[in-house]
Amino acid sequence: MDSYIVLIISCIFINNILLMQYLGNCPFLGVSKRMDTAFGMSMAVVFVIVMAGAVTWVVNYYILKPYDLEYLRTLSFILVIASLVQLVEMFLKKNIPALYAGLGIYLPLITTNCAVLGVCLINMKEEYDFLHTLVSSLSYSVGYGLALILFAAIRERILLARVPKPLQDTSIGLVTAGMFSLAFFGFKGMIH
Amino acid sequence: MLKRVFREFIKGLWEEIPPFRLVLGLCPTLAVTKRVEDAIGMGLAVIFVLTCSNVIVSSVRNFIPKQVRIACFIVVIATFVTIVELVMQAFTYHIYQALGIFIPLIVVNCILLGRAEAFASKNGIIYSFADGLGIGIGYTLSLTALAAIREIFGYGTFFNIPVFGPSFKPFSFMVKAPGAFVCLGLMLCIMNMFKK
Repeated sequence: MDSYIVLIISCIFINNILLMQYLGNCPFLGVSKRMDTAFGMSMAVVFVIVMAGAVTWVVNYYILKPYDLEYLRTLSFILVIASLVQLVEMFLKKNIPALYAGLGIYLPLITTNCAVLGVCLINMKEEYDFLHTLVSSLSYSVGYGLALILFAAIRERILLARVPKPLQDTSIGLVTAGMFSLAFFGFKGMIH
Repeated sequence: MLKRVFREFIKGLWEEIPPFRLVLGLCPTLAVTKRVEDAIGMGLAVIFVLTCSNVIVSSVRNFIPKQVRIACFIVVIATFVTIVELVMQAFTYHIYQALGIFIPLIVVNCILLGRAEAFASKNGIIYSFADGLGIGIGYTLSLTALAAIREIFGYGTFFNIPVFGPSFKPFSFMVKAPGAFVCLGLMLCIMNMFKK
């Protein structure tokens, strides 16, 4: 049980995927201008990362490992993720239209979000078992959502501030993200 | 024709230099720029993958059905990334280790898919080659510039050679995650100042 709690805390705060491992930064800067888009994106990311984490684990240990095909990992994972995103999109459109309308345009974008492939590869590198994989995927994606939503809240404030012209938009966004990441450094002492 | 090839090549070096003008591919930009050596390794890998995938995508652009084009582009890119990964593992093992998961993650680098979709799937092979090479070299230049600043201040070295005297106290903020964000943000600001 302890190992799960440590894993959850370390994945959400200490090794935050966005601010500490630098994954998924393009959508981070792209969709964080408004709160509602940030929220939609976070939900979509949580959903897809957990599913992708589970499926790639199965692919890795039941298909690639037994046949000694591990050098095809990158290729097979990205295909799995791309088709998974497509499948999720079709399923939601048909069965849960409300959720589909909410996530809508963010779902297809997730294929090229490096956080998804990144989490899958980290899970394989750490050689987690299936349950640990699920927990770590969930915590990493919650950490992503947390950082994205908090950052969107800050960015809405920046819109009201008078920013020097060359610093506007992405530039001030990056500097703010730096400060934000510095704040997350404070969590480093949580686990020894 | 030669003039146009040259123009496609040169635009990647200033006019559309990633990640400053095309704000794409930020993750590796932030992650692998702790040392100049790693940045150049990453840049070379991206040049190879981008040029090859641009050429292949452009040469098969008339056979791919429109609905599945993104999936096809990803497979082409992933193939070249796997080649790079295996080659780096065999010949430059310490850079391979320093770059870690960011080599397989070249697959989802938005620059590659972006160029395949926006340029190579619409233009001829030679132009796509020039475009890939130009954008790749531009990306390498930006990575190297950022890495030089971070390495010089963060470790006090350049290419692992000390540049300051022995009394220099490294400014380790620069090589940690926050420094990466702030440094890139300020570089973007300086680039914006030069814009008309």
